[in-house]
Amino acid sequence: MSKRSLNNQKDRWFQYFGIFSTLIGLILLALFIFQITRDGIGRIDWDFIVSLPSRFYAKAGILPAWTGTLWIFALTAIIVIPIGVGAGIYLQEYAKKGRLSNILEINIANLAGVPSIIYGIIGLEIFVRVLQMGGSLLAGAFTLALLILPIIIVATREAFKAVPKSIKEASYGLGATKWQTIWYQILPIASANIITGVILALARAIGETAPLIVIGALAYVPFVAKSPMDEFTVLPMQIFNWVSRPQHGFLMNAAAAILVLLVFVFILNGIAVYLRNRSRKKFGL
Amino acid sequence: MKKEKIIEGFLFACAAITLLTTIGIIWVLLSQSFSFFKEVSVWDFLTDTQWTPLFADKHFGILPLLTGTLLITVIAMLVALPLGLTIAIYLNEYAPKGFRKVVKPLLEVLAAVPTVVYGFFALVVVTPMLQKLIPGLSGFNALSPGIVMGIMIIPFISSLSEDALYSVPKSLREASYGMGATRLQTAFRVLLPSASSGILASIILAFSRAIGETMIVAIAAGQQPRLTLDPTVPIETITAYIVQVSLGDVPHGSLEYRTIFSAGLALFVFTFLLNNISFWINKKYRQEYE
Repeated sequence: MSKRSLNNQKDRWFQYFGIFSTLIGLILLALFIFQITRDGIGRIDWDFIVSLPSRFYAKAGILPAWTGTLWIFALTAIIVIPIGVGAGIYLQEYAKKGRLSNILEINIANLAGVPSIIYGIIGLEIFVRVLQMGGSLLAGAFTLALLILPIIIVATREAFKAVPKSIKEASYGLGATKWQTIWYQILPIASANIITGVILALARAIGETAPLIVIGALAYVPFVAKSPMDEFTVLPMQIFNWVSRPQHGFLMNAAAAILVLLVFVFILNGIAVYLRNRSRKKFGL
Repeated sequence: MKKEKIIEGFLFACAAITLLTTIGIIWVLLSQSFSFFKEVSVWDFLTDTQWTPLFADKHFGILPLLTGTLLITVIAMLVALPLGLTIAIYLNEYAPKGFRKVVKPLLEVLAAVPTVVYGFFALVVVTPMLQKLIPGLSGFNALSPGIVMGIMIIPFISSLSEDALYSVPKSLREASYGMGATRLQTAFRVLLPSASSGILASIILAFSRAIGETMIVAIAAGQQPRLTLDPTVPIETITAYIVQVSLGDVPHGSLEYRTIFSAGLALFVFTFLLNNISFWINKKYRQEYE
């Protein structure tokens, strides 16, 4: 065999290996979701959705868990959106190039890489103890807000960068102030991309378990939280709790709860992708 | 104009919160670790080969947690590195455009699945499967969560490496093809070396992500700190230990309680260093082509 055809053959083999590598992770994930669906779907019925947890796996439900997840979703959004978008706007539009903006930028890149469990540790000290929130929904939401803050700042900056300069210049040309330009011109155009980033970040937040374990979210919550100061559990906590039990029935419950959690996460990701595509078409961003 | 100033002040305050967060992290970890190290010598912490803060005979050696963390991370990288790099090369040089467009967002889904779900996967699906192949594999082990974590971090390596490969100037690629090189030769002899710093940055970032991963190991690796490189027995990582203490009823303010801060400090220092090395490499490499 000539060297040339050997090279061509190697090239082809690598192509096959490439297809294999690309698909193997996805196939495993699909296989896994199939298995979970098979294990869990039988457990999902109305009772499972509206029941409190129980020592008996056949009676146990996820009402406190999914309502807790909705609470956390809403509270985290309320806390993180103004701060994250505000910080992003400051860095993109106001900060003068120099030492301070450099430090801020490197710092945000660093925060994005801090393991989530570390956020749990500072949440425990600062929100739970120093600010005396206890293991409440509010403490959990603040902790997760810090965790996803860097993602939202970066998304806001990218969204602002994508807005054509001409719009800003036209606004200044008409005599608008800096804030008027940002509020009435740039932000409306950038908002679709910002919302995409916010939704992806919140999807990550509602899937988090580790930081909430550290701040003391409860594994067994036999009530539905009624105020932000109530103690709470969320779907990932409930799943973790059930996975840690030896009885097989609880594993089935965990699989069912995972299905519910995945529906939440995938719907959020779907909305984000839809918004991104729409804004690309509409504004060519 | 006064309104404009107030708004700017508010926006600055938002940005300043990120700095306060970092200061908060460092302050909490250092101050609590400081009182920990008043009772346990730093030397013991770094060299003792046992970690048993919750037992009667207490030892505070971080080494078993470190080896556990590294063992799992290395297994994850052994899975993610060849797959992630191959995906990056394949999508860049081989794949039809349509395929690439569909597959890229799908791969991101791997990183979007909550980690507690991967933990379930490792414990309930992968470990029993591996036990058929490896008799004597313990129900909790490093191998299964390591492999599953590897699958999870594939997109970290593939997507950043692909960006790095993509930014190699077209002229280099064309020159290589002009010399009669195959796609494989071009990829390995021209593109990979040119993009090496960007790829290295992505690998380090994935490594750092694996070190800080918690739920997969907390669920599937067991909770037995053990100084070993044997992937078939139960071990414990730094992150899993923090979870174990948080779930238990260790009294606030006790020495046992403070161990989570010293363990957290070790974790923070490692990931901080890795992230900054990655950041620095990436910055340097960007300048090369500008």
